[in-house]
Amino acid sequence: MGQTMSEKILAKAAGQEAVSAGEIVWVNVDRAMMDDILGPRVEIAKHMKTLQDRVWDPDKVVIISDHYTPPASVQQAEIVKFTRDWAKEYQIENYFEFVGPCHQIMAEHGFVRPGTIVVGTDSHTCMGGALGAFATGIGSTEMLGVLQNGQIWLRVPETIRVRWEGKLPDGVMAKDLSLKTIGAIGHAGATYKAIEYVGAGISSLIIDERMAITNMAVEMGAKVGLMEPDEKTREFLTAHGVTDGDYNLKSDKDAVFSKTFTFWCEDLSPMVACPHQVDNVTEAVNVSKIPIHQAYIGSCTGGRYHDLKMAAELLKGKKKAKDVRLLVSPASDEVWRRADKDGILQTLAEAGATVLAPTCGVCVGLHSGMIAGGENCISSSNRNFIGRMGSKEAGIYLASPLTVAAAAVTGYVVDPREVYQN
Amino acid sequence: MAQMEGSVIKFGNNINTDIISPPQYMELGIEESAKYAMSAVRPDFAEVVRTNKIVVAGDNFGSGSSRETSPLSLKYLGVDAVVAKFFARIFYRNSINVGLFVVECADADRIAENDRIRIDYQNGVIYNNTKSEEYSCTRIPDHLMKLIEKGGLVAFLKSELPGIMKMR
Repeated sequence: MGQTMSEKILAKAAGQEAVSAGEIVWVNVDRAMMDDILGPRVEIAKHMKTLQDRVWDPDKVVIISDHYTPPASVQQAEIVKFTRDWAKEYQIENYFEFVGPCHQIMAEHGFVRPGTIVVGTDSHTCMGGALGAFATGIGSTEMLGVLQNGQIWLRVPETIRVRWEGKLPDGVMAKDLSLKTIGAIGHAGATYKAIEYVGAGISSLIIDERMAITNMAVEMGAKVGLMEPDEKTREFLTAHGVTDGDYNLKSDKDAVFSKTFTFWCEDLSPMVACPHQVDNVTEAVNVSKIPIHQAYIGSCTGGRYHDLKMAAELLKGKKKAKDVRLLVSPASDEVWRRADKDGILQTLAEAGATVLAPTCGVCVGLHSGMIAGGENCISSSNRNFIGRMGSKEAGIYLASPLTVAAAAVTGYVVDPREVYQN
Repeated sequence: MAQMEGSVIKFGNNINTDIISPPQYMELGIEESAKYAMSAVRPDFAEVVRTNKIVVAGDNFGSGSSRETSPLSLKYLGVDAVVAKFFARIFYRNSINVGLFVVECADADRIAENDRIRIDYQNGVIYNNTKSEEYSCTRIPDHLMKLIEKGGLVAFLKSELPGIMKMR
């Protein structure tokens, strides 16, 4: 019987010929990533002292302070300091801070490669599936176990195959494709499962866009969101210093999928996920005229170079509405430099954007852009749960960077193609 | 501990991790941040769980973040067990790792706030004493039960690590 991508990666990591869905296997971890908010400070540091007080392989561990940077309070500053000091104490050379959300940094530094196992103390670790890695989020105590011996037990997941045919129309982005998929499968529709995204609608996308899709696999409850590595994957990784990798990885023709969904890009319009569930998805035109107080372009879902570039194209020569705050946080220092070099940040600033540090802070309501009661925020990030970005009396609308930019101009939710035309 | 009895505090579907442990308070220690658990939907939660120590909910409890502060907050506030129709993957695993009982029950909707229930983990049965009903629930597999009974993954690692290391 044929194997899925997940089964192939897990079999290799478990040192077995083959594994199949439902089996529980112990696998060797290739990269273990911790952030500041859920890293050493939660359960890990104190318990390390009572176990084997060393990390199994410091070179395979990456620590990234991203949620509390730049710190907005003394407590946050203390957490970042604690994380930094802990990395030093355990000789973790791969420590980063103030450079942006961990998943983007992991990708840009070549820590996520096709066919490898990546675990991280953040649920959006599944973004790494865009590069063909079995990448998944785990809790802090689970991470403590990984740090001890480099292994983790995993249940081999069944796979849901999501096929996107065709090519995205102008004004429609990968984020729209992502939201449409989530609306169809549901917030818990892929719980415990792997999702595999295939088809011309996926392979035609650049890596920046693919990541906006796999990043949100967890919003359907999925363990991983995988894409077949290809020439674009190779180009991305080569540009980021990676020379090896299995670029032929794909599911066998006779592999078994628990379900298959097929969608057509040509049918897709700009989408919005309305409060307070990510699967509460509708076309932007259906919720037009909802007033917007804050528009946010950023995060590990929607703050990459391509996102900023698209937003800048729409905003060029335009101004944000007077009563809207337009906040932009490039997803990494690299994204910042590229966007700066190409004049994108300048364009955004001229349209009235406040360009922030690369950070997780806005998306998860920790600092830099919290919203007040009665306000609506349209955001290119990944979650619209009640209270996430600030007040529980606020509403969060998830959309593509283009739709966010368009709403910043009009002051209400709008199909960005209407703004483009004007 | 094969059984557990207590009064219920009831929730609906999709109680996500931003509700269970609001991110704004996570920079505080668990002692402080736990006070805000569930506050977006149940401001009196920390108060009510002093007496109603079994959380019962619908679909997809614990969806969202990988934050272990969610089960840790519930445990810190004295929650004995969470019964839901089903759990989000990371939350389920985190709960077991920190020693919080999590039980899946398809009939969770039949259980109401303040009902007195008894959970028999070993046999996979929930008795609703208030309504004189019984429901089947998933048995926690033996290897995970062992882990919870030890008090979570850390305690388990301490006793089993030599064995686990040999597996490499």
